[in-house]
Amino acid sequence: MEYFVQQLINGITLGSIYGLIAIGYTMVYGIIGMVNFAHGDVFMVSAFIALIAFLILTTWLGISSVALALFLVLIAAMLFTSLVNWAIERVAYRPLRGSFRLAPLISAIGMSIFLSNFVQVTQGPRNKSIPPMVQGEFVLFNQNNFPVTLSYKQLIIWGVTAVLLAAFWYLVAKTALGRAQRACEQDQKMAALLGVDVDRTISMTFVIGATLAAVAGTMYLMYYGVVSFSDGFVPGVKAFTAAVLGGIGSLPGAVIGGLLIGLIETFWSAYFSIDYKDVAAFSVLAITLIFLPQGLFGRPDVEKV
Amino acid sequence: MDAGAQGERVDLTGALRDAAATALVAFGLFLPLIAFRTDVDGNNTLILTTRWPLFFSLVIVTAAGRLLYSVALAPRLARRALRPARASNSPWRGHAARWFVPFAIGFVIAYPMIVILTSGFGGAQKWIDNFGIQILIYVMLGWGLNIVVGFAGLLDLGYVGFYAVGAYSCALLAKTFGLSFWLLLPLAGILASFWGILLGFPVLRLRGDYLAIVTLAFGEIIRLLLINWVALTNGYAGIGGIPRPTFFGIPFTDDDDGFAAVFGFEYSPLYRVIFLYYVILALALLTCFVTVRLRRLPIGRAWEALREDEIACRSLGINTTNTKLTAFAMGAMFAGFAGSFFAARQGFISPESFTFLESATILAIVVLGGMGSQIGVAVAAVVMIGGTEILRDLDFLKDIFGSTFDPTQYRMLLFGLAMVVIMIWRPRGLVSTRAPSIFLKQRTTIAADLVEQGRG
Repeated sequence: MEYFVQQLINGITLGSIYGLIAIGYTMVYGIIGMVNFAHGDVFMVSAFIALIAFLILTTWLGISSVALALFLVLIAAMLFTSLVNWAIERVAYRPLRGSFRLAPLISAIGMSIFLSNFVQVTQGPRNKSIPPMVQGEFVLFNQNNFPVTLSYKQLIIWGVTAVLLAAFWYLVAKTALGRAQRACEQDQKMAALLGVDVDRTISMTFVIGATLAAVAGTMYLMYYGVVSFSDGFVPGVKAFTAAVLGGIGSLPGAVIGGLLIGLIETFWSAYFSIDYKDVAAFSVLAITLIFLPQGLFGRPDVEKV
Repeated sequence: MDAGAQGERVDLTGALRDAAATALVAFGLFLPLIAFRTDVDGNNTLILTTRWPLFFSLVIVTAAGRLLYSVALAPRLARRALRPARASNSPWRGHAARWFVPFAIGFVIAYPMIVILTSGFGGAQKWIDNFGIQILIYVMLGWGLNIVVGFAGLLDLGYVGFYAVGAYSCALLAKTFGLSFWLLLPLAGILASFWGILLGFPVLRLRGDYLAIVTLAFGEIIRLLLINWVALTNGYAGIGGIPRPTFFGIPFTDDDDGFAAVFGFEYSPLYRVIFLYYVILALALLTCFVTVRLRRLPIGRAWEALREDEIACRSLGINTTNTKLTAFAMGAMFAGFAGSFFAARQGFISPESFTFLESATILAIVVLGGMGSQIGVAVAAVVMIGGTEILRDLDFLKDIFGSTFDPTQYRMLLFGLAMVVIMIWRPRGLVSTRAPSIFLKQRTTIAADLVEQGRG
């Protein structure tokens, strides 16, 4: 019981990070029907930006307040990462819009290779670890000498994810930009005829996706305290699995899918084998696609002549 | 921006404003990751160092490049876009196409001799091994994947899994039963194609991107199994001591019954390299020959019909299940051949050689070459693999950028960039026309825009 609750807490934390990344996949897929392969690497880049911002703030500017530092790091990571993703869309994907299906996918795979190697070249191949930003934990209850804890880090991740998701939901559901996005998702040509700037809306989709990925990247850095240039691929694929599990194109689906993947992975490593946790995630992806291709909340894909 | 389209005059203020905006974006893009660098110091703590000169020069170069583009290049491109497209079937092209293939085959057959003549007996090994064999392996893998992606239109991102199956079955069977390479080669192909059918079966219903992602998952699962099933595969440590191929039973050693001694040459490791070169060349040409012939058989036509329209295919009575499975099995079989060759050539294999990056590389070669085009795939393999291999040898760059400059670390960086650039430049690949395998009255090449691919 106590072990189970602890794993549940860990799983939800991991799942929040996956959910935030998954939104970027699902939004881009919804609006331009493309698997943005580079999104995992954008997440990794954001973790590096957060790392550098954190070092500047603490070692150069000498900010000692953790809350302030974390807040500024988050803002910096969101700002710069969204610029990166905006530029990627502009350079690598926009020229290929309306081209045949595989071209943007290949371009995105190229971009993914480029980003991870760019970070490797500019920041070096070693793992970068930082001293723990936030320490301390609540002991929820103690049973059979097994304390069930909720660390401050986990609490911050839950809180930030919840706030960001609420803001994001408001943006998509209530603002003009969100309306334009949903319109473009349904019918780009019609949206353009009705005066929606499709290019700008797609750009904003990438910016929003990157902003959420940057939150995930900052939280990842804070939680694990270590990041390396190759950290983009596996979380990226898992977040994509989450998006597919939730039904690609569906925003609540991405979040719930993320939580599910986080929980599956945590419980798998807790109760079965930690070596095969990635196998578990990939198997979930394959099984979902084979037996439930529209996911939990997605619209079924109707085959038309 | 559109000054070129209106006339010869170039809008200089607009170009300058554009360049300034680009400089601003570049400033923001490069600021975090280039201006600052994180390093681990002696106490194992992270420290920040700055690289302002590099950062500012990159920003300036980017802005200058943008200015040059909008002043010099964009008007020319706009003018070219206005010009009516020329007919692509010029007689020169026809001649070039007719003579290209025999010339290319002649060249690759003579390649080891040419290299030995130009760079001597000592320097030839690098050129034959690193360039010749390496490129030919990728040509063969590209041709194999071309069956799945280019002909049948099934997007496969886990192709390297079958390559791994071939390599590991070769290594394990050789170590356990002591079988020779020439027996293992077909066995590895059969086993890999069996896996192709096994993994192809559950994904028959999927199409396009979904298929790509599931195959990616399968490829990764195979790799993770190779890593974690230590009892069978020895995990990360890999399998070593795989027996090398022999020349009709004569090994390439410096013993008395070795190749050199039997034929009365002086011993040199180069003979083995040349022999391996011809083995992979023969395997690659076999792949090409089989696919070209298959394309004209009913099954090949069924593949191409499937690529164009699955529903129409089904309503014409084509068994789409069998068609897809044969494409998977054929593609996987050639990957298995290539894998067993790889294992025998290296003598050592580990899961590191079968990462997703390899799948992406092979798929990139197929797509960049122009899917379905045999020549295009070969050209793309030469450009992408040869191009990145050549970066290992650019020592003169050290004179320009200082002695700490290491061109090899830019290999994959440039590889990724090349994928993006080639896609934008030619989204249909390098060779984007194709000859139909069946025609009514006369054979005419058609533009690739007319065929739809990668829908699965």
